[in-house]
Amino acid sequence: MSTRRIPHWADVVLVPLTSVLLAFALSAVVIWAIGEDPWEATVLMVQGALGSSYGWGFTLYYATNFLFTGLAVAVAFQAKLFNIGGEGQATMGGLGVALVLLYLPWPHWSLALLGASLGAAAFGAAWAAIPGYLQVRRGSHIVITTIMFNFIAAALLNYLLVSVMRPAGSMDPASARFPAELRLPRIHEMLEVFGIPFSRATPANITLLVGLLACVAVWWMLWRTRLGYQIRTFGQSEPAAQYAGISPLRVTMYVMLISGGLAGMMAINNVMGEANRLLMNAVEGAGFIGIAVALMGRNHPFGVLLAALLFGFLYQGGAELALWTNIPRDLIVVIQALVILFTGALDNMVRIPIARAFAMVGARR
Amino acid sequence: MQGRPAGAAPPAIELRGISKAFGPVQANKDIHIRVEKGTIHGIIGENGAGKSTLMSILYGFYRADSGEILINGQRTDIPDSQAAIRAGIGMVFQHFKLVQNFSVLENVILGAEAGRLLKPSVSRARGLLKQLATDFGLNVDPDALIEDLSVGHQQRVEILKALYREADILILDEPTGVLTPSEADHLFRILRGLRDEGKTIILITHKLREIMEVTESVSVMRRGEMVATVRTAETGPPELAELMVGRKVLLRVNKRPATPGPVVLDVKGLRVVDSMGVERLRGIDLQVRAGEILGIAGVAGNGQSELLEALAGLRAGEGEATLAGQPLDMTGQTADGQTRRASGVAHVPEDRQRRGLVMDFFAWENTALGYHHDPAYNRGRFWMDNAAMIRTAQTYMTDFDVRPPNPALTAESFSGGNQQKLVLAREIERSPELLLVGQPTRGVDIGAIEFIHQRIIDLRDAGKAVLLVSVELDEIMALSDRIAVMFDGRIMGERLPEATDEGELGLMMAGMTGKGAA
Repeated sequence: MSTRRIPHWADVVLVPLTSVLLAFALSAVVIWAIGEDPWEATVLMVQGALGSSYGWGFTLYYATNFLFTGLAVAVAFQAKLFNIGGEGQATMGGLGVALVLLYLPWPHWSLALLGASLGAAAFGAAWAAIPGYLQVRRGSHIVITTIMFNFIAAALLNYLLVSVMRPAGSMDPASARFPAELRLPRIHEMLEVFGIPFSRATPANITLLVGLLACVAVWWMLWRTRLGYQIRTFGQSEPAAQYAGISPLRVTMYVMLISGGLAGMMAINNVMGEANRLLMNAVEGAGFIGIAVALMGRNHPFGVLLAALLFGFLYQGGAELALWTNIPRDLIVVIQALVILFTGALDNMVRIPIARAFAMVGARR
Repeated sequence: MQGRPAGAAPPAIELRGISKAFGPVQANKDIHIRVEKGTIHGIIGENGAGKSTLMSILYGFYRADSGEILINGQRTDIPDSQAAIRAGIGMVFQHFKLVQNFSVLENVILGAEAGRLLKPSVSRARGLLKQLATDFGLNVDPDALIEDLSVGHQQRVEILKALYREADILILDEPTGVLTPSEADHLFRILRGLRDEGKTIILITHKLREIMEVTESVSVMRRGEMVATVRTAETGPPELAELMVGRKVLLRVNKRPATPGPVVLDVKGLRVVDSMGVERLRGIDLQVRAGEILGIAGVAGNGQSELLEALAGLRAGEGEATLAGQPLDMTGQTADGQTRRASGVAHVPEDRQRRGLVMDFFAWENTALGYHHDPAYNRGRFWMDNAAMIRTAQTYMTDFDVRPPNPALTAESFSGGNQQKLVLAREIERSPELLLVGQPTRGVDIGAIEFIHQRIIDLRDAGKAVLLVSVELDEIMALSDRIAVMFDGRIMGERLPEATDEGELGLMMAGMTGKGAA
């Protein structure tokens, strides 16, 4: 009764869009305040991220990372579980990819991709399953445990890379390179088949398609399968889920396995697709950006896809900005933070005036 | 009161030409109403008649599309509930707005704290509470936690909240929907006391008895329009009922005598201890036969909810139970809502909005709640057959006259009565061996009540067992073939409805056995 209703399209399109525009406006003020030209900065960002196939390649590469981590957060949130351990799960996913590719023989990259996906998903899922179990059986809050598991994953990888997986004689805390013939096809190689020219220097690779597939699969799972029905029921109302005989343990475990698996699969993009070996801190904060992506995408797989593209654009555009202007790289983090702040924390600041506006327009009619 | 001739006190509330539409639905149409100061004014109408919308406009939750509000003769703009509170309006909602793990005092001052420190407000509230307790019988332990209070007491806290904010006009939305007859009587005593103090009270209800008992004047709403305002003394229940529904209604249920068959549910020594360590059920023995309705009467909070939940597999207890000879696990080890359904127990929960439905789900998604493993709703191990669920929902909605019969609306967009019909359809249409029903008509309009009662009786006539829990004694008397009265986690005794009356049951509900009370 007390909720002011707004049309569905306004909820999913107008509110996030307004938030983003406000964040950009405030960013422009900040850029202007440090003595740079906001318009020039905007042009640079758009050109750098979207103005060339080189820019697009990087934008899509980053977006693929965020797509996986964003989906991971969104799936968990459908069951009202706040998985903020995407960072650690993606780190462990990288370990899974490395182990699969280094220690198993693969005849062809396509089979290796399948194997690496399974390895990444399994490691990520296992890393998320422990906090899930602890929440249901021990009452340890999943927000706390997943964030602690990020540190454990980082420390574990650190140890493994320095002491176990580092090739003899190497000074670099990284694994050996994966076999060259298992390198994933890059976007330009795939487009060449159709005769479309594309920059050869970008890391965007076939994982993008895997990500799109995952996006559709998540949607399908949530709204077309019995598991999805149970997940959404559990997330909407725990008493109703209990009434329906839905086991909290099972739903939590399934959701965390899927969520962790998705976060882990990010590793096929950055570890297998880009670096071709396991590096330290390969995730580079994508796990956390996934939270913002899910928030902005309203925890819907297709919303997550759009939000991932936006953050990919911000990432690449920001890098260009830092390269060509005196605007420091840190300012890009500020812009990203503003987007997160406006789309996430300040949601009601935008939503309530929009709801009022709709109420007024409705009253006029 | 400036600018008015002396002597003629302006009405406490006057609404002029209030209209409000939600999309194509006209919830309020040109409403005019005058409520005189120091009176109790009833607003009666079926669910969906627009009573709650009207009061939400008065309390600032909605803005009227047109029309004006006058408080004590002054034109007043009420854009939000803060403005309503400033105008001296207090609202007691049907669903309470209390912080469960706060004490009574903390809830009373919540949002109205004076200054940064709580102490002065708390002391003031404590004093006020003590005074109100003596003046009006508004007794509540100020330091008790809300979650430990009965529904009747929680409602008193809501009233106290309004009074603490110095409300002169008190709106109560279906206040007795959750109360027992004696609690309701107590509430009415409180309301009369407040009226005598000069407060103006608006009572929204669909119960004719309450209107007759406590109001001075009454307005009747039907389909968004105010069809009549009359002095209560000059009317009677038949006239009001007719005004409400626009046709004559039967306030009694037509049913044939039961023909009980073999015992379906047999419970022996059922005990339930809640998470606080309080024994809620202290050894319940009961039997329900095929083709009969066993009504459980009792003041809310005497273990009826726990009984329903334990039988429905939602709460662990100890004791033995069999369903048609097959043992039912009461310990919660191997049983949950799912296994109970599989063994033939259907459950219409007391709280349909929290348990019985997922409010954000479409009607068709709710049709599968609890039955989502049914092969008819699934294609193989993973996929659900959404089309089949939509088809079933459509059939249910037609059969149970759910309005509007559109499976693609979310549960929350239906009125209380229609939500209940959705739950009932889901649980009854599978023809369960035993139906557990809690408060089937709480917050449901008269037209729907009749329908729901008829469906429950039809199920009984089909040879199924029904266990009915209700705090509406009328309902228990009208539907039950046998009545068991619960008090403090025990069954005080059983009566046949034709061989007892509300007086005797009332005494038993208060913990006195029939003989002891004589």
